[in-house]
Amino acid sequence: MSVDAATVRKVASLARIAVTDAEAEALVPEFNNILGWIDQLAAVDTDGIEPLAAVIPNHLRLRDDVVTDGNVRDKVLANAPEAQHGFFAVPKVIE
Amino acid sequence: MTDKSLTDLGIAAIRDGVKAGAFTAREVAEAHVAAVADARALNAFLVETPDRALAAADAADADRAAGTLKPLSGVPLGIKDLFCTEGVETTAASGILKGFTPTYESTITAKLFAAGAGMLGKLNLDQFAMGSSNETSAFGNVISPWRRGDGGNAPMAPGGSSGGSSAAVAARLCPGATGTDTGGSIRQPAAFTGIAGIKPTYGRCSRWGVIAFASSLDQAGPMARDVRDCAIMLEAMAGFDAKDATSLDLPVPHWEANLSGDLKGKRVGVPAEYRVDGMPAEIEALWRRGEEYLRDAGAEIVPVSLPHTAHALPTYYIIAPAEASSNLARYDGVRYGLRDLPDGANLQEMYAATRAAGFGAEVRRRIMIGTYVLSAGFYDAYYTKAQKVRALIARDFERAFGACDVILTPTAPSAAFALGEKMADPLAMYLNDVFTVPSSLAGLPAMSVPAGLDGQGLPLGLQIIGRPFDEQGVLNAGLAIEQRAGFVARPEKWW
Amino acid sequence: MVSVYQLEGATGAWEVVIGLEVHAQVTSEAKLFSGASTKFGAEPNANVSLVDAAMPGMLPVPNRECIRQAVRTGMAIEAEINRWSRFDRKNYFYADLPQGYQISQLYHPLVGEGVVAIEPLERDGPGEAKKVRVERIHVEQDAGKLMHDQHPTRSYVDLNRSGVALMEIVSRPDMRSPAEAGAYIRKLRAILRYVGSCDGNMEEGSMRADVNVSVRRVGTEELGTRTETKNVNSVRFVMAAIEHEARRQIAVIEDGGKVVQETRLFDPDKGVTRSMRSKEDAHDYRYFPDPDLLPLELDEAFIAECRESLPELPDAKRDRYVDALGLTPYAADVLTADVETARWFEALLVDAAAAQNAPQEAVAKAAANWVTSDLFGALNRLGREIGDSPVSPRQGAALLALVADGTLSGSLAKQVFEVMLETGEDPAAIVEARGLKQTSDTGAIEAEIAKIMAANADKVAEYRSGKDKLFGFFVGQTMRAMGGKANPAVVNEVLKKALDG
Ligand SMILES: [Mg+2]
Ligand SMILES: [Zn+2]
Repeated sequence: MSVDAATVRKVASLARIAVTDAEAEALVPEFNNILGWIDQLAAVDTDGIEPLAAVIPNHLRLRDDVVTDGNVRDKVLANAPEAQHGFFAVPKVIE
Repeated sequence: MTDKSLTDLGIAAIRDGVKAGAFTAREVAEAHVAAVADARALNAFLVETPDRALAAADAADADRAAGTLKPLSGVPLGIKDLFCTEGVETTAASGILKGFTPTYESTITAKLFAAGAGMLGKLNLDQFAMGSSNETSAFGNVISPWRRGDGGNAPMAPGGSSGGSSAAVAARLCPGATGTDTGGSIRQPAAFTGIAGIKPTYGRCSRWGVIAFASSLDQAGPMARDVRDCAIMLEAMAGFDAKDATSLDLPVPHWEANLSGDLKGKRVGVPAEYRVDGMPAEIEALWRRGEEYLRDAGAEIVPVSLPHTAHALPTYYIIAPAEASSNLARYDGVRYGLRDLPDGANLQEMYAATRAAGFGAEVRRRIMIGTYVLSAGFYDAYYTKAQKVRALIARDFERAFGACDVILTPTAPSAAFALGEKMADPLAMYLNDVFTVPSSLAGLPAMSVPAGLDGQGLPLGLQIIGRPFDEQGVLNAGLAIEQRAGFVARPEKWW
Repeated sequence: MVSVYQLEGATGAWEVVIGLEVHAQVTSEAKLFSGASTKFGAEPNANVSLVDAAMPGMLPVPNRECIRQAVRTGMAIEAEINRWSRFDRKNYFYADLPQGYQISQLYHPLVGEGVVAIEPLERDGPGEAKKVRVERIHVEQDAGKLMHDQHPTRSYVDLNRSGVALMEIVSRPDMRSPAEAGAYIRKLRAILRYVGSCDGNMEEGSMRADVNVSVRRVGTEELGTRTETKNVNSVRFVMAAIEHEARRQIAVIEDGGKVVQETRLFDPDKGVTRSMRSKEDAHDYRYFPDPDLLPLELDEAFIAECRESLPELPDAKRDRYVDALGLTPYAADVLTADVETARWFEALLVDAAAAQNAPQEAVAKAAANWVTSDLFGALNRLGREIGDSPVSPRQGAALLALVADGTLSGSLAKQVFEVMLETGEDPAAIVEARGLKQTSDTGAIEAEIAKIMAANADKVAEYRSGKDKLFGFFVGQTMRAMGGKANPAVVNEVLKKALDG
């Protein structure tokens, strides 16, 4: 599969990474190079093979329903670029 | 004893020397603190924490006086800056986390410190552990202490992503360091710098508090100068952690106590598929020497087949970026780290600006590739397909281990390259991990041990891959090589 | 049940097709993947762990109780329980979503196909309950909350709800009218509350619905393009949103336009839905299995415990009330519609049977009557829920016993009940203190009747000449003279004898 600059811009937008048009253009050959290379997997016969679910056989453990955490607001907000009145602050969102 | 010789000591020697009273932990720490300060030209440390190292040393000396020495008392370590350390800036070598000071301690560093180890500082790495040369750090390249014997003095890559760790251990700035390995990030840098490093079975070491790259692949492990030191450090790092749902609920074996270079009755598999096109003759020769060493240790060498090996890299370069694209979504300028809020920008524009400014080029590239392969219409063709091929790769290993106990391969297809040599071509860089990625995909324990030098005088490593949970078998085979390779080369101090 | 709900457009009649995705907050102490509390109403960002705030290196570990409650809910709607399921990440960027993804279940949900029976609507007359199919129930994380009105240029982020466990209960597009959708949500809420897996409190947001609506011309089969109206938080609003959205879509199509598949928002003040542009580019969620979590495998012991812990559910209870207790279908419906009511009623039954030394079947009818008329009437007046009724089931049973043994007449019982509501005292004490006991003292009654007959000789003559309607007059006079405490049966008997004598 091969991509164009519009696709690169769309992917960048989905990934929330700002790109200039020039950057998008420059990424096109890089993308196609990498995608062209990983496309070789399409030729591998995987009929009847289940996608790997767990690398090492292991079971998902479940924890007990006990409050063991929280009440650490200072820690939660310690690194915030902008915190006000106990909240994180972000540019106003208009729904 | 002079300070100089204290930094030559490995983990076991320091531990035993402190215990025996041959020197104090304080002396050891001071010698290493000085070595770190003296080696800034290598750019191996992003943050130096001499006070932490000295405090741990004083505690170790007090413990010795009280008769309460711990397994790593007196051992100062370097910590890869992917491990969150409480009160010490942790950035994953990315601009997006500049100034981030965790309010928590990763399980692994907490275990190491509880075992008596000290921290010399936080080690540089490829940004978010994405890279094989330590050239993607936002805070400058790490320069390998090694140089080619051609007199050119070209700065060499220490490997990656644990390049700060490999350089620091090789340059005698610390006797051991933590690493993390997603597709070879412990083993390849270890091979490039003439040290040992082991990636344990997926789930042995808790991922809690380790900044995620690709969750289904990330495993922490030790990097040190020999196999015994790796075993000691791994024992302190490994163990069940209820805070990591993928953690293995198994007791930690006594790897150090059970070390043995005697491989009688063991079978060592040699996979034909690892003989790749364009592999230097020196690597081929080293591999053959490795077989000899292991045969000499009593093992039988058997050919094995890992038929899907060639598909491992493209598989990895779908799965790892896909997981990364999601794992790195949290770096958005809201709760920590960089925020870039252009005038009049809305929330979504703030995200895009912050992430464009904060992530380096390779990180951005992988996030976008990962986003693409997961996006509508491509998920099955890429991600599901890759997880199927991954299942086949894991099955290859399972079958091979029907015929052998461990597998021997070179660690990397070449010796270290010079900084800048491969940066222009991402694919060429990715190919560096061709031998380490398959075992990562299968979650298997694997280690690199230094086994020789190339024609330029640069170190070369051999890789041992083991069955799930069989770190002991890996360490023992590594020891057998180490005992026979007689690797004593070390970089000459130029910094 | 035949659908009778149609909307008349300019070009003909339209049918509405409705599917609901109900998000129900799982009742648990701690969050789905962290140990932070789920308590409602805490200080901002107090119930937040480092995991909920998506700090670097933090990892999710699932809460067993949340899984268990979802499984029990699945069992309550007779759904398949998947022994193997797993969590996926739904990726999108928003300030209320710290991880940049919601951990949810797309590919392998915990609960598969089930069914919810909704009562036939009154308008349609008696008939079979309609079955609304549930496609799946999956478990996922709730998001945090944004506040837009605290600062001129900033929105504030509170992560207290971030990571709270939700069940997303996804119906098939089986509903055909706002009323059916309302009945479905009410029934679902009743089931959740019976099971105890969700408190069903829509005001606090513990239950909210995404409403999928499309329209098609009556007589056509093909589904129209649907819109999804998000997070509607009351039964009334769900019904209003459907109505508005259906009319809007019909107007769009009849004007020659096309319905756009999109996410919409319901504005309860205006009663309209509107497009939610802020989410327009979020359609590509890039779901993939969460690599931090292994597949969730349930063992048979876990499944068995879930099953054994299920209470009697509303449908079964209703049938039992009719079949075994002899209640009318109406009373059975009312008494089982809500778990609190059923619980209260059953406590009353136990106490009433004990107080009267009779089997429950014998006391059930009177108890049901009293609850559905007297108690409900009183609660309605007081604006109280049955859970905080001022009268306990034991007190209610005592009152019923006093009626049953003839101590109180119906009207006396009503008086006593009023006092009980006011004072909280036991009925026996009230009867004692206020002398409200009904009398069957024939002598006293005969004496009063004699006086009344003497004073109303003309009426006695009229009665005796055939005007038997006057009997009621004499009863009323006697009861008044007795202060309302005379046993009506005794009054009737004595009066009859005296007048006819
Ligand atoms: Mg929905
Ligand atoms: Zn949902």
